[in-house]
Amino acid sequence: MSTLPPGEFAAEVTANETVFAPGGPGAPRSSTVVSRSPRQLAWARFRSDKKTWFGAIVVAVYVVLAILAPILVAAGVLDPYTPHQNLIGDNGLPAGGAAGVSWAHPFGVEPGIGRDTLSRVWFGLTLSLLISSAAAVFSVVVGVVLGIIAGMSRSWADTLIGRLVDLVLCFPQTLMLLALSGVVVAWLTGSLHIPKGDPAQATYVIFVLGIFGWPSVTRIIRGQVLSLREREFIDAARLLGAGNSRLYFKEILPNLWAPILVQFTLILPAYVSAEAALSYLGISVNPPTPTLGNILKSSLQYASADFLYFIAPAFLLVLIVVSFNLLGDGLRDALDPKSNR
Amino acid sequence: MIAYAIRRILVGIVLLLSMVLVVFVLFFASGNPAKSVCGKFCTPEKLTQVTKVYGYDQPITTQFGEFIQGLAVGRDYPVNDAYRAALEKSNPDLVIHCAAPCLGYSQHDAATVNADIAKYAPVTISIAVFAFIFWIFFGVFFGVLAAVFKGKWLDRILVGVTLVVYALPTFFVGTFLLQYVAIKWQLVPYPTYVSIADGGVGGWLVGLTLPALTLALFYMAAYVRITRAFVLESLSEDYIRTARAKGLTERVVLFKHGLRAALTPLLSMAGLDFAALLAGAVITESVFNYQGLGLLAVIANQNSDLPVLIGLVIVAGAAVIIMNILVDILYAFVDPRVRLR
Repeated sequence: MSTLPPGEFAAEVTANETVFAPGGPGAPRSSTVVSRSPRQLAWARFRSDKKTWFGAIVVAVYVVLAILAPILVAAGVLDPYTPHQNLIGDNGLPAGGAAGVSWAHPFGVEPGIGRDTLSRVWFGLTLSLLISSAAAVFSVVVGVVLGIIAGMSRSWADTLIGRLVDLVLCFPQTLMLLALSGVVVAWLTGSLHIPKGDPAQATYVIFVLGIFGWPSVTRIIRGQVLSLREREFIDAARLLGAGNSRLYFKEILPNLWAPILVQFTLILPAYVSAEAALSYLGISVNPPTPTLGNILKSSLQYASADFLYFIAPAFLLVLIVVSFNLLGDGLRDALDPKSNR
Repeated sequence: MIAYAIRRILVGIVLLLSMVLVVFVLFFASGNPAKSVCGKFCTPEKLTQVTKVYGYDQPITTQFGEFIQGLAVGRDYPVNDAYRAALEKSNPDLVIHCAAPCLGYSQHDAATVNADIAKYAPVTISIAVFAFIFWIFFGVFFGVLAAVFKGKWLDRILVGVTLVVYALPTFFVGTFLLQYVAIKWQLVPYPTYVSIADGGVGGWLVGLTLPALTLALFYMAAYVRITRAFVLESLSEDYIRTARAKGLTERVVLFKHGLRAALTPLLSMAGLDFAALLAGAVITESVFNYQGLGLLAVIANQNSDLPVLIGLVIVAGAAVIIMNILVDILYAFVDPRVRLR
């Protein structure tokens, strides 16, 4: 192996085949050495991992469903709001057993009010994805910008951002999310004129999750930038007279797409869970507007009466979170094989 | 070593002060906090009076200075000097002295925030300690097990189960344990908090089982994965190969050489996670209705009781900062490679 020609370090040798054919220069070589780019290597690693595929497929289905839901609601196919009291029995549970499943309501109806379960869950997926991905974008954008600045600057900016990270990490997250809700929602509706109710609550959740989420991203990006900034292409760009903003966002940023993608995929499921937890505390979007979180919360009331209605939303949430995590872990393994797992 | 400790403590104090400042600005920037103190049936005259009595008419810098002074040397309520002087003459019982780290006075609870926190803290500390012991023991145990059996079915099951458990929302797990394990199947008595003084150590432990388990499951799942990763990393080091090469048994290699390096980083994570819990397990305490700091935060939030919220955030932040310093110093004792300067 030590005689591999230069330029083929990234080659992978297929097993059980002779590597070098004897003969001088120009002699036909058996084409067993295939050189692959890092991207092809990553794709090969990604492709061979079944768990990651499972995650990727579930996430893809989830995103497609979430995009379709508002269209179907607008078209009147899904109806998450109309109550069907006639389908509810005397005990508050859907009449006729089996959760009230029928052709009109394939997943049955909600106990108590009788809204269509399928419509609520499906439309709830959309809002949960919207809130959590907006918060994830917020965290990642702030985290990446500050991470690049901290990593590239060799002066006070790095110290300042480091201290800011320490400061934000001191705050107890759940407690802050709870404690700030009154004050920040009042500020959002009062000063920024965001309509009261769902829009203000959703903005609040996005805002605070984003504010408390960026430090971890900044730490990781800073670490990456510290090694990137010593590379030759940065010196070259400097010599060509590139300014700071060009260096940061045209030279460094494109080299960070892999960690950014991985961070985004791992933060998003954490925010889906966090939105659910905030719904439980009553500070996210409130019913009748459905989100995965408040559907879960309402299902808790029927924990002992209607076991299926109790575990179904939790099962869905777990499926989504696990799939995102599998996809994120798989992406990390594929893009950075040295990472420890 | 001592110099290092002193410097860390000074940085910690600066961090705490900046945290208090941020909290102060966040909670007072949104408008007149007297409005929430004044309550629902607030007349303009009452509002003016409340604003004056509580010193909210002072500039925010003065209020901040007095708050810091209260933290350092304690203060008397009501804060308005003229008003207090009059009260001391007419009705001295109504003047409340709040001793040294004074966190404020809650009009709603008619008690100092310190008294509030002291009342609710035992439950939170009990749950946190119980959960901590549980999750560290089982988390590390299963994590090491998974690492030793890497790739075997045991490892796969453990990794799979932890992925799912990690994704389960805490309030779902708590409600399940409460509604099914405690009420329906009656496997454990209905969970209520019993102090050691009332029920002895046995009663105390039984009362804590379900909430502590709820909390511990989430952390346990995380720690299994982290421990597994650390152990795998340490087992791939050169000194492990050396240890094996000189003929040590697999048991000595694992317990004497592998685990020592793997478990030290866990120490700092565990310390910080424990400190974060001291702010109160908001969701767990709400599910089981345990009178801990988390529930205090929920109640204070419903009542817009800003002084209590501010006090809780500061206590929680202080816990994290102190634990950070402790863990860093402890680290040097456990890991001889770390040199403190």
